[in-house]
Amino acid sequence: MAVILDLAVQGAQMALVLLLAPLLVGFIRRIKARMLRRRGPPLLQPYRDLLRLCRKEVVLAENASWLFRTAPYMIFAATWVAAALVPTFATGLHFSWTADLIAITALLGSARLFLALVGMDVGTSFGGIGSSREMMFSSIAEPAMIMIVFTIALVAGSTQLSTIADTMLTADVGLRVSLGLALVGLIIVAIAENARIPVDNPATHLELTMVHEAMVLEYSGRHLAVIELAAALKLLLYISIIACVFVPWGLATNGSGIPAHALGLATYICKLAVGGFLLALFETSIAKMRVFRVPEFLGAGLMLGLLGTLLLFVSRSF
Amino acid sequence: MQPLALDVAHMLAGGLVLVSFMLLYQDRMFGLLNIFALHAVVLSLSIAWQAYVQNAPHLFIPGAIALILKGIIIPVALHRVVVKLGIHREIETVGGIGPTMLAGIGLVALSMVVMLRATAAADPLARQDLAFALSVILLGLLMMVTRRNAVSQVVGFLSIENGLILAATGAKGMPLVVEISVAFSVIVAFIVIGVFLFRIRERFDTVDLQALDEFRGERQ
Amino acid sequence: MAVGAVLTCVAALLALAGVGVIAQSRSGASRLVYSACLALCGVILAVALSRLVAAPGPEPALTLPVGLPWIGARFRIDALTAFFLAVINFGAAAASLYALGYGEHEEHPGRVLPFYPAFLAGMNLVVLADDAFSFLVAWEFMSLASWALVVAHHREADNVRAGYIYLLMASFGTLMLLLAFGLLAGPAGSYAFGDIRAAEHAEWLAGLVLLLALVGTGSKAGLVPLHVWLPLAHPAAPSHVSALMSGVMTKVAVYGFVRITFDLLGTPSWWWGLAVLGLGSLTAVLGVLYALMQRDLKRLLAYSTVENVGIIFIGLGLALAFKASGLAAPAALALTAALFHVLNHSFFKSLLFFGAGAVLTSTGERDIEKLGGLIRRMPQVAFLFLGGCLAISALPPLNGFVSEWLLFQAILLSPDLPQWGLKLTIPAAGAMLALAAALSAACFVRAFGITFLGRPRSMEAQAAVETDPLSRAGMFLLLAACLVAGILPGVVIDAIAPVVEAQVGLKMPPQTSNAWLSIIPIAESRSSYNGLLVFSFIVFSTLLAVEVIHRFASRALRRAAPWDCGYPQPSPVTQYTADSFAQPIRRVFGEIAFLARERVEMPPPGDARPARLEVRMHDLVWQVLYAPIQGWIQLGAEKLNHLQFLTIRRYLSLVFLALVALLLMVAIWP
Repeated sequence: MAVILDLAVQGAQMALVLLLAPLLVGFIRRIKARMLRRRGPPLLQPYRDLLRLCRKEVVLAENASWLFRTAPYMIFAATWVAAALVPTFATGLHFSWTADLIAITALLGSARLFLALVGMDVGTSFGGIGSSREMMFSSIAEPAMIMIVFTIALVAGSTQLSTIADTMLTADVGLRVSLGLALVGLIIVAIAENARIPVDNPATHLELTMVHEAMVLEYSGRHLAVIELAAALKLLLYISIIACVFVPWGLATNGSGIPAHALGLATYICKLAVGGFLLALFETSIAKMRVFRVPEFLGAGLMLGLLGTLLLFVSRSF
Repeated sequence: MQPLALDVAHMLAGGLVLVSFMLLYQDRMFGLLNIFALHAVVLSLSIAWQAYVQNAPHLFIPGAIALILKGIIIPVALHRVVVKLGIHREIETVGGIGPTMLAGIGLVALSMVVMLRATAAADPLARQDLAFALSVILLGLLMMVTRRNAVSQVVGFLSIENGLILAATGAKGMPLVVEISVAFSVIVAFIVIGVFLFRIRERFDTVDLQALDEFRGERQ
Repeated sequence: MAVGAVLTCVAALLALAGVGVIAQSRSGASRLVYSACLALCGVILAVALSRLVAAPGPEPALTLPVGLPWIGARFRIDALTAFFLAVINFGAAAASLYALGYGEHEEHPGRVLPFYPAFLAGMNLVVLADDAFSFLVAWEFMSLASWALVVAHHREADNVRAGYIYLLMASFGTLMLLLAFGLLAGPAGSYAFGDIRAAEHAEWLAGLVLLLALVGTGSKAGLVPLHVWLPLAHPAAPSHVSALMSGVMTKVAVYGFVRITFDLLGTPSWWWGLAVLGLGSLTAVLGVLYALMQRDLKRLLAYSTVENVGIIFIGLGLALAFKASGLAAPAALALTAALFHVLNHSFFKSLLFFGAGAVLTSTGERDIEKLGGLIRRMPQVAFLFLGGCLAISALPPLNGFVSEWLLFQAILLSPDLPQWGLKLTIPAAGAMLALAAALSAACFVRAFGITFLGRPRSMEAQAAVETDPLSRAGMFLLLAACLVAGILPGVVIDAIAPVVEAQVGLKMPPQTSNAWLSIIPIAESRSSYNGLLVFSFIVFSTLLAVEVIHRFASRALRRAAPWDCGYPQPSPVTQYTADSFAQPIRRVFGEIAFLARERVEMPPPGDARPARLEVRMHDLVWQVLYAPIQGWIQLGAEKLNHLQFLTIRRYLSLVFLALVALLLMVAIWP
């Protein structure tokens, strides 16, 4: 019985992240539009976009290879698996021990690698520019993420997200400077990884500054829909990680009943809404950076992670 | 209650180190001044918390001085200076931001090790606070070393002074007179530096301190 | 008796070298030699694996009546030897299989065939040796055989230079090892490993031996700053030999280091770990940065070997640090991670070199700026190479990720170390490791993307054809190994366990008994990873997505010209090149690491000259270390030059004076 409930929770989580991801994107767009005194698209617009893309035919470049046609599914699968392993509304998911936070980071790394590769497949100049810059960003963002994981893991004594969330819920963690540093660092990494302002502009087209959009420029139809969904999932995933580690309150624990899970779900949706709102607020209040300022921005994230780890290493002695 | 009190003090001290890093990172004039104001606000919060925790109401005075003087007056005044001098678009660092930040991390690690080893007997969080204060001072010095512009050097200098106050308030039983006199010495320093800035500018048409070196014939 | 069997195979390999000399370029000779090598390596591999899995008690050494008269030549197989025998012979078997196809393209088989089996025999003998003398002889034999293979294509000027520098560095490394063993054996001359292990070594002496061993084996493994020969020599050899040199011979050097520091030297001091860790992290980051700047595909792979050697040494340094502080469990974890990476690197680096070889035979090009679009001409090789790229970029569910994950777990245990120096260094090493992993992903996106994706940049790339099936079989074998090691890491960890136990006194908890075959380094609540489930989840969700999309969405597809924001240019020149791909990273890291400077020369309007972009990079290691040494040697040689023009009487008096001085020394020496 318990196993069935566990599996049900795991299955619900996989479906939930998939269902909520476009909604989150729609919500952020809506809030941003409102802040700019525009009316903005309806909340459900991203779903309609995805459906529309799915119904359209794929226009494939003449020289596109097999990699170009398979990669969208791989990107989606890697992101989805990663998102399914982050505790969103309940800890102790049935399969959460499959991969820890380091492995989740690496899974996202796989997705990014495929994305960067397909950017170069057709051999256009925009695709190359996007891949090249994406890999430059990731070469700093990924170590930053690892250092942040180190900080969190040293405080919680674990790299498993479920255990981390449980530890953070207990009172004896307290306020830690290192955790504060890790939070700021993680936000920086999340902004960069999701191609948000000030690193990249998700709404831009036909500009020399675009990064993510440049890589997917040649995609159309169902392939584009899958990639867009993966991008939305990734955004949801990062907000979920931040919520799970830094505001774990309300998470249903393993084996608790249906009401606890319902409460967990309600708080999770609230957390997503707050996260989305803050992101929209941040994005409207700041301008996009020049590409070569981004390494400094990300470098700051790396430094914060390193500093947090260092503080923990040094302060362990007493 | 006690652990929470220490936790908050610790968090505020750590926050001050973080803001010091932001000062190092920020290379635009107005951004620098805003962050400096933030630095002062965090400092005054930290002092106020110490006053509350140590049950020492006289500590609120330096806190208020820090808030009003360094959180509002000096940033506004420096803002005006920058506008008057017309240097608000200047961006300057010696060496890149990356290496500077790395050096900053090294300094923080160094001060942690030195402080934790030197004060083995004291209570753990107080030791770490002292280490944070030393880090703020070292980071301020680093900023003075890596910036060319006189205004950023002033900001670096003032952040050093913030670090000193942080160390002083952390230690119980520091006489009030000392703190207030430190606070006022800063005003004097600020006025003197401010006057100097204008004098330098009148003479050399710039506040880039390299110009002074050139004038002295040190650099061609 | 396992040693006897393996030694017989080695003797057969040496005999095969003789056959290679006789058969030379007769038709079928290369097929004969490579298939015999394949069979012999298979036998040794089977013996080694059975030795590793069955793990019987200690076996006495087999002594042959050659070598030093008072000890003979001793050979023995313990767990460490068995593990490295397995690594060497799996790589060698794959290379031989690949060479069955690849060797047919060789222009002068007579220059490769005799040395290839000799090289294999040399590597096997190094790990089998149980006394310092046979170790050094085998080491030198291995170096010389590989040198002969490096200069096999000696008509190209670069190869001759590569061979010269390689020979120089190899002799230097052997000299250091000679000194190290001399110190270890002491004045009594007890060169057998058993005697060295039993003897007590003073702390200063052990430290000195560690440094000598680090320099000696590091020069073979490619540690910065001793790596300069590696990116020259490895690409110069035929591709299957490059794969062996990069994937396997560097591991023999790692074996030498582990044998000396963990096995022979006894309890380490804490600063050993610091030194090894520091060099390792420097090597990892610099190696991959160099690799990112290369245009030559094989040289890029060689620099990436330098990076991976750095990662291995980070693991070894951590293990030393833990062992010095008596923390056996973390030491076992770190050493397991390092050895796992040894195995992984031998798999994927060989695979990538085979891929590069296939590209080379098919197009005649190693310069990736002249390739492109090969995925359409050689889809299978592209697939295999892509697998290698994913594995080396440390991405789940392949094997490269597992060893780096274990290494990160070991780093997370290190706050327990008491030394302040280590407390400050290890987080930095962790950051360097993460940086190296991320940069290597960028490096291999660049290598694969420029070589195989996009549009062909030359006629040769346009006319490329798929390589022969035997070569592909060798590559498939390695890719399968990568996948198996990635999804069943518990099996590998358990196989390594006896090796680790012998070196640090404790092994990791057995992994194959865990539920769902996941790996749990310390405790389940702390960290766990399950490659099998991650793999099946990814496969499952990919299939699900494909199925759903194709069932419910449109299946229509139309081929059209590329979109490219409405400005598609038909010329392949408009694509991103390898240099332009690396430009952002060069700007971020290269300005510090290579003092890279860019200069744009834009002619004024009306001037018909083309605009020029000039990039200057400096190899700091060469400029700071090697150029001065070269200068001093030059200077010394000039000063000594006039000694060549003395009279006979002067020469005699020099000899006489030297004799008297030596006699005096003997007389005065206490």
